[in-house]
Amino acid sequence: MLKQMEGSHAVAEAIALCRPEVICAYPITPQTHIVEGVGELVKSGALENCEFINVESEFAALSVAIGASAAGARAYTATASQGLLFMAEAVYNAAGLGLPIVMTLGNRAIGAPINIWNDHSDAMSMRDAGWMQLFAENNQEAVDLHIIAFRLAEELSMPVMVCVDGFILTHAFERVDIPEQAQVDAFLPPYDPVQVLDPDNPASIGAMVGPEAFTEVRFLAHYKQRQALRLIPALSDDFAKIFGRASGGLLRAYRTEDAETIVVAMGSVVGTIKDVVDELRDEGQKIGVVTLVSYRPFPVEALRDILKTAKHVVVVEKSISVGLGGPLADNTDGVLRNLENRPRLHSAIAGLGGRPITRASLKRLFHDAAHAPWEGPFFLDLNERVVGREIHRVRKVRRSGSTAENILRQLALASHLPQE
Amino acid sequence: MDDSTLTQQQKLKYYQKGTFTVGNRLVADEERSVQASAERSNALTSGHRACQGCGEALGARYAIDAAMRATGNDLIAVNATGCLEVFTTPYPETSWQLPWLHSLFGNAAAVATGVAAAMRVKGKKTRVVAQGGDGGTTDIGFQCLSGMFERNDDVLYICYDNEGYMNTGVQRSSATPPAARTATTPALGPEPGNVFGTGKFVPKIAVAHGIPYVATATVADLRDLEAKVIKAMGITGARYIQINVPCPLGWGAPSYDTIKLARLAVECGLYPIFEAEHGRITQSRKIRRQVPVRDYLILQKRYAHLFRNGVDDPRVQRLQAICDAHIEEYGLLGDDAEA
Repeated sequence: MLKQMEGSHAVAEAIALCRPEVICAYPITPQTHIVEGVGELVKSGALENCEFINVESEFAALSVAIGASAAGARAYTATASQGLLFMAEAVYNAAGLGLPIVMTLGNRAIGAPINIWNDHSDAMSMRDAGWMQLFAENNQEAVDLHIIAFRLAEELSMPVMVCVDGFILTHAFERVDIPEQAQVDAFLPPYDPVQVLDPDNPASIGAMVGPEAFTEVRFLAHYKQRQALRLIPALSDDFAKIFGRASGGLLRAYRTEDAETIVVAMGSVVGTIKDVVDELRDEGQKIGVVTLVSYRPFPVEALRDILKTAKHVVVVEKSISVGLGGPLADNTDGVLRNLENRPRLHSAIAGLGGRPITRASLKRLFHDAAHAPWEGPFFLDLNERVVGREIHRVRKVRRSGSTAENILRQLALASHLPQE
Repeated sequence: MDDSTLTQQQKLKYYQKGTFTVGNRLVADEERSVQASAERSNALTSGHRACQGCGEALGARYAIDAAMRATGNDLIAVNATGCLEVFTTPYPETSWQLPWLHSLFGNAAAVATGVAAAMRVKGKKTRVVAQGGDGGTTDIGFQCLSGMFERNDDVLYICYDNEGYMNTGVQRSSATPPAARTATTPALGPEPGNVFGTGKFVPKIAVAHGIPYVATATVADLRDLEAKVIKAMGITGARYIQINVPCPLGWGAPSYDTIKLARLAVECGLYPIFEAEHGRITQSRKIRRQVPVRDYLILQKRYAHLFRNGVDDPRVQRLQAICDAHIEEYGLLGDDAEA
């Protein structure tokens, strides 16, 4: 059914359609409306046969989900940013135990400085935890990916994190097609766990494993994610048959055939990038964009197939591995590594802590990639004047104080100074 | 004290005059302990890797066997990281005869909440026990524990209190008594051992949550421990039992003194044994034959610095004052006491 609704509430309705049995809720901006939404559905009786548990922290939220999942219940939780870090130990644990928990991540920056706005630092912090990570481009895809996520998680017995850009998607009102219950039931069978806590058939789960077996355990986790590289497109085909629209998959290419410049990006920014691609195509530039839906598993072969004929690859990402550069650029570099005619890679860090990524800036960036290439990560729309003044000041003053506060002071000062 | 809250097991006096022998032979079949029964589940079966004389292994078997008896074996256990987890499950071996899940050090209470929620939603009657040492309970797991308490989730949490982080090599926990030497409170300097005026007694904090049932117990009183576990399994909601379990390694005592030390901890008043329901203390186990705390301390190397050169350190008297305060607070002297 088509509805005009907030992204978070659309996700909440999608979760309810997946018939979760245990939901653990802890509020954190910008994910809060999702757990509020499912909470309302449970309290009103619209979502039956579901325990909604208000926990005291994100660490407990995922821990409750771990217990519920190990005991055979379909479990769901949602978090963002600091919340994901606070549950980090349980994030690894859920993956290690092979529990098919689905979690929404309302992507948000990580402090300090504390910042509630969108970027992908939180998802990147857990990219090696063993969870599959799917990124939604818009709210329709956010809805669809959650339905796919439960099936994917349960088929592989491995948790899935659905990444939905905070505010940009979670708080945006868009037209969304909410599926019918019968469609979801046809796509997603009831949870039939591989291993379960059962007094009639007692097993010990979560034992200690030493050097004699740890490598093999990790190898098999990696093997499972490699299996997901085949399963994710298959589930996407299945989804299309039942729901009548394409959604999910490993990645999507937009106007990349014959493209000399190909942009790689994840999440909601792709919408803006597509507009810029259209504009530049109209101006005669051969450019396209690849949307990565699946960040873990990372679709190395599929991405290489698309990028191998390009001259320039521009990675636009909302995260920074401090001291290295962009993690997505680094991963993409790995994809290109062994190509004979490898395209030149350009890395751009954009939209940190919620900074808008404008069409004008992207257009300049893509133009420069082809005509004035740069080394290392480029920080889109960096206020170089403020940064320069702060670097200069820190050089002169030994006890120079906190960077965040000083940058804010520089900004305030700069607003009173004439432009250089 | 309301006598009606006492179970038959607790009312019976099993010991003969002048001894501490508990004779099953003397009582009717139905009054015998769970451990005395050939039908006991042996939840924590032999072959595990605990040290000789481990109080925790003993306490866990007593407690889980009793809980399995009370639930007709329809029970799931969740375990915090710690000695109990490590010595029972060096995979592919496991000592557990019931479904058992270990997740992390600090989340056993929350994981148990999840298991209980799954049972409820699936319409199963299966009950849940969470267990951990004092480190996993009073320190790193405390937030999850308090959350489970205040939500009144249907979980019995059992803390095996050996008064320190024994698994990592005997460091201080918030349950380590004052003056005790640990690897992080060495017997050095002007105030050797653990500092007075620190630490917390979680059973009282559990009582403050107003949960249906809280008890302390000791491996020195098997029948009382079993009675409390069985009583707890008859109650729905959050329940907490903290069992004093001596650790020969961490306390610096011979393996054969585990039960003796557990008994002395009770008889000197340092470890009060009581029950509480819905925020109120309902009864305490009386001290049978009061002993000075010195008798308890002097058997343990962790207090050796209090008895150097044949002179008692003044801190012994400070510990005695703590015992005296417990005796008054919990009413530990009464009918059972011998002159």
